[in-house]
Amino acid sequence: MDKSAILAEVTEIISDVLDQPDLILGLDTTAEDVEGWDSFNHINIVVACEGKFGVKINTAEIEELRNVGELVELIEKKTLARAAR
Amino acid sequence: MRTVDMYWLPRLSAERDELRQLARAEAVTWNELVKVANTQLDFVQINRVDKLLQKHFAAEQLDDKSVKTLRVAILSSSTADHLVPGLRVAGLRRNFRVQTFLGDYGQYIQELQAPESALFHFKPNVLLFSFHAQHLLGANDPALSFDDASAQSEAIADKISQVWRLARQRFSGQIIQQTILPVYTRLMGSNEHRLPGSAAAIVDGVNARLRPLAIAEGVDLLSIDNMVARDGLFAWHDPGLWHRAKQEISPAATPAYGDFAVRLMAAQQGRSAKCLVLDLDNTLWGGVIGDDGLEGIRLGQGSAIGEAFVSFQQYARDLSRRGIILAVCSKNDTANAQSPFDSHPDMVLKQTDIACFIANWEDKPSNIRRIAEHLNIGIDSLVFVDDNPFERNVVRRELPMVAVPELPEEPALYAQCVADAGYFEGLQVTSDDFERGGQYRANAARESLRASHTDLASYLKSLNMELRWAPFDKIGQQRIVQLINKTNQFNLTTRRYTEKEVVTTMENPKALTLQLRLIDQFGDNGIIGIVIALPDSSDLRIDTWLMSCRVLGRQVEEATMNLVVAEAQRLGAEKLIGEFLPTKKNGMVREHYKKLGFACAAASEDGATRWLLPLENFKPFDTFISIIRSSTRG
Repeated sequence: MDKSAILAEVTEIISDVLDQPDLILGLDTTAEDVEGWDSFNHINIVVACEGKFGVKINTAEIEELRNVGELVELIEKKTLARAAR
Repeated sequence: MRTVDMYWLPRLSAERDELRQLARAEAVTWNELVKVANTQLDFVQINRVDKLLQKHFAAEQLDDKSVKTLRVAILSSSTADHLVPGLRVAGLRRNFRVQTFLGDYGQYIQELQAPESALFHFKPNVLLFSFHAQHLLGANDPALSFDDASAQSEAIADKISQVWRLARQRFSGQIIQQTILPVYTRLMGSNEHRLPGSAAAIVDGVNARLRPLAIAEGVDLLSIDNMVARDGLFAWHDPGLWHRAKQEISPAATPAYGDFAVRLMAAQQGRSAKCLVLDLDNTLWGGVIGDDGLEGIRLGQGSAIGEAFVSFQQYARDLSRRGIILAVCSKNDTANAQSPFDSHPDMVLKQTDIACFIANWEDKPSNIRRIAEHLNIGIDSLVFVDDNPFERNVVRRELPMVAVPELPEEPALYAQCVADAGYFEGLQVTSDDFERGGQYRANAARESLRASHTDLASYLKSLNMELRWAPFDKIGQQRIVQLINKTNQFNLTTRRYTEKEVVTTMENPKALTLQLRLIDQFGDNGIIGIVIALPDSSDLRIDTWLMSCRVLGRQVEEATMNLVVAEAQRLGAEKLIGEFLPTKKNGMVREHYKKLGFACAAASEDGATRWLLPLENFKPFDTFISIIRSSTRG
């Protein structure tokens, strides 16, 4: 799965969690840019991504995430590592 | 990490689109939402369904009387906000509207005690207690002696039961206690019990002690420790998330948590299923009896598949021993369908285990309706198990109130699927449950006797019926509470009472309470009727009159009336007051008091009626039932 496919999937997940069907996200979008993306929904977004991509995101990694692009990269890295196993 | 799927529910077709369409629609019906709630949804989708529910059906906007509201207070020691959508949608799944109250976390004692607390004003009919392990254990010393560790488990369990007793003082509804989630890592390993002070061992000890305490205190347990044993801790709990957000239950598990909790509430409301309807070919045995014949079907030792079908039959038989009625609905010639029951040596189920056996070539929805009619139970108390996806879908489409699990393809998993879906969630067991199978068999014998009598009177006479009655007592208490909370059809007022409320009535010397047992030449039907009448100035008002539909058409109503009048006269009442409160299910008793000679005194717009009968000139009904006062329940 390449970055743009992951971004599309992540956008879908985030728009489902926030219940905003027409959400458009870029790699540099941050939580502050999006209405309703609070700490409660942030947890749900991470858990939903874990479930969707079959990966586990660690506490330290979550704390370092700054924007959608970094989340996409992290997921890409983890799915590639899993595929290599 | 694995999650807890509700795999017995069918998948939503093009799920995202369907939910988005509902989100865009200006108007959404309650039934559309119920339908979506009955599909397999992950926690994000559950949250979205919940948003729709809140948007379209906030408190005042629902006037459908058939939808019962449950007011659920969640009293938790950790974050519980995220549990709410799962609870509300699980309610929706069962046609309940669940309204929730969240205590401030850790504040439950104050909420329970303060006279004007927000909890008090919420007027809950269910209290759900969820305490996390650290909250109860505090700083734990693994080096405790066996005796000290045991005293600690005891003290914690005792502290929890004190919270229940505190709650009981002010609230009369159902109390649910979530068992302690076993989150602690083991210090020893398999032989953790040799280190009795370890936190993991203490939690095990507390959970073991909660069980007898819950029975003694009339509290229902949400046994999350059992679910963790099945799914693994990490399906339910994410230690990282616990530290980040104090969510003890992982968001991914909240749909299942809600479903497990609400099935306890549904059971308390009398909405657990009562009957398992079984297909035959490839459901109870492998192969097709009509094509493969007795020798060809796969059943029993010698083949792995055959053994799997035996184990499913054993599960069905054990359910029936527990009081669940079994029925068969099969597309087959009757003779073919019955032959394995009569002659296959490996059949666990016999024809006598099946209360209603229908095998023909008609469509299954019609046959399932017939089964409900024959057994005199609501069609929404049936669960239909069939390996064939076509039949499952037809039944779901025609009879959306019948529960139809998506059966796994592997027969070895059939029993687990029926169990996991929780259709038959039970809170109590009574001796009547154990006897029910025999009672339905005796009904079949009565039917054939009826056929041999040309008129009803001679048939009723031949039954030699005795109505044995007693006031409510300790021995009958459990069954009384069970009947009050699960009888839907022959129930004049459908008032539900908790065990505590029943005990209060039982101890009221001015109340008339009757438990009625019907015995005939085929055996004991068990307790089949309950009457509660309360003084109303110089009259007696019949607060509750309910009967089991098993005994309809046998003059039990008239005999009971004779008894009620005699007792009312003994208590010195001038008139009897009867009430009928309509529900979706009790239409059969709309004319009950009219038939018994009452005069209608009032009728309100919603269909409720009030009836009067002066006792002075009452002439007892002639029946073929002798009325006998029993000193005990037997």
